[in-house]
Amino acid sequence: MKIVQRLLVLFASLLLAASATAKPAALKAGVFDPPRAAPEFIAVSASKGGELKLANYRGKVVLLVFGFTQCPEVCPTTLATLAQARKQMGAQADAVQVVYVTVDPERDDIERIRQYLAAFDPSFVGGTARPPALEAVRKNYGVSAAKVPLSSGGYAMNHSTSIYLIDRAGLLRALMPYGHGAADFVHDLQALLAEK
Amino acid sequence: MRRRIALAALTLVAVALVVSASWAALAPLAPASRDELFEIPRGTYERRMAGDKVGILPDTIHLTLGANDVLLLRNLDDVPQVFGPTLIMPGQSFRLPFEVASTYSFACTAHASGQMNIIVAPTPARGWARLEWRIKNFNKKIMKRDT
Repeated sequence: MKIVQRLLVLFASLLLAASATAKPAALKAGVFDPPRAAPEFIAVSASKGGELKLANYRGKVVLLVFGFTQCPEVCPTTLATLAQARKQMGAQADAVQVVYVTVDPERDDIERIRQYLAAFDPSFVGGTARPPALEAVRKNYGVSAAKVPLSSGGYAMNHSTSIYLIDRAGLLRALMPYGHGAADFVHDLQALLAEK
Repeated sequence: MRRRIALAALTLVAVALVVSASWAALAPLAPASRDELFEIPRGTYERRMAGDKVGILPDTIHLTLGANDVLLLRNLDDVPQVFGPTLIMPGQSFRLPFEVASTYSFACTAHASGQMNIIVAPTPARGWARLEWRIKNFNKKIMKRDT
C-alpha cells in the first residue's frame, strides 16, 4: 500500500514539474503584463501592394519596427540583426514576420521602402501612410519620432529604436531594446512560437 | 576588572566588525528580488494636468547585474502613460531584464531631456568591490527609507 502511495506522490511531483516547465520561458525582451491587443493600423504596403495591417499576419509572430530608410546606423543594424535571426531559425522563420513602418513619410515612398527592405531580407514587409495616420500609430505604441535638422542641410529622424514582439494571437507581448543580438531574438521568437 | 571587561567588549566588537566585513566582501549576492521597481501612482495624470511637476523616473537609473538587474515599471494610474522606453496601459507592468553591463539610452518623452539612461554595472567582484557595493546599497536603502 505504501508503495502505491509513494508512486502516486512521485507521479504528482512529475506532473507538477511538467506543468512548471510548460510555462512560457522568460524572454530576453521587456515583457508586458498583462499583454494587450497590439494596436492595429492600416498602411500602404510597399512590398506586396494593397493594405499592410497586422491582421494579415495572425498566426505568425510579428516583429514590428519603426524606422526610416535614410537612418545611418540604428535601422540598418536592427534590420540586419532581424535578417540574421530569421536565417538562424531555419524552417521556423516562416512563422516570423518582420513589419517595418516608416517614421519619415516625406521621403520614404513605397518604392524606396520596398528596395530598402529587400536588401536585408525579401520576406520583410513595410509600409507608409499619411503623416497623421502614422502619428496615430506611433502614439498607440508610445513611439517617438522627431525631425532633427542637419548642419549639412536636410534632416534626420530621432526615433524610438525598440522592436515590438507580437504573438500569434495578435497580443503585444514584449519590447526588445536596440542593441540585442540575433541570438536573443531567436530565443524569444522560439519561446513565443512554442506557446500553444 | 573594569579594564578587562572593556577590553573584552572591544575585542568582541572588533571580531564582529571583521566577521561582518568578511561576509559583506565575500558572500554571494542573493537578493530576494532583482526588480528595481518604479510605479506611476494613481492620480499622476490629474496632478500633471493641474500643473504639478511629477517626476517618477530619474534621468539616469543605476542597476547592477546579479543584484537589481530587472527594471520593473508599473502604471497604477487610470490612463496610459509613456514610462521610460514604452507606453504602459493602466494596471499594466513592463519588466525589462538586463544581462550585459553597459549604458542603455531610451527616447522618453516623459523626460525633459527626451532621453532616459540606464547604466548597468557588472556584478561586483568578491572582495573590496563587493564590500563597497554593499555599503553603498545599505546607504541607499537608509536614504530611501528616510525620504
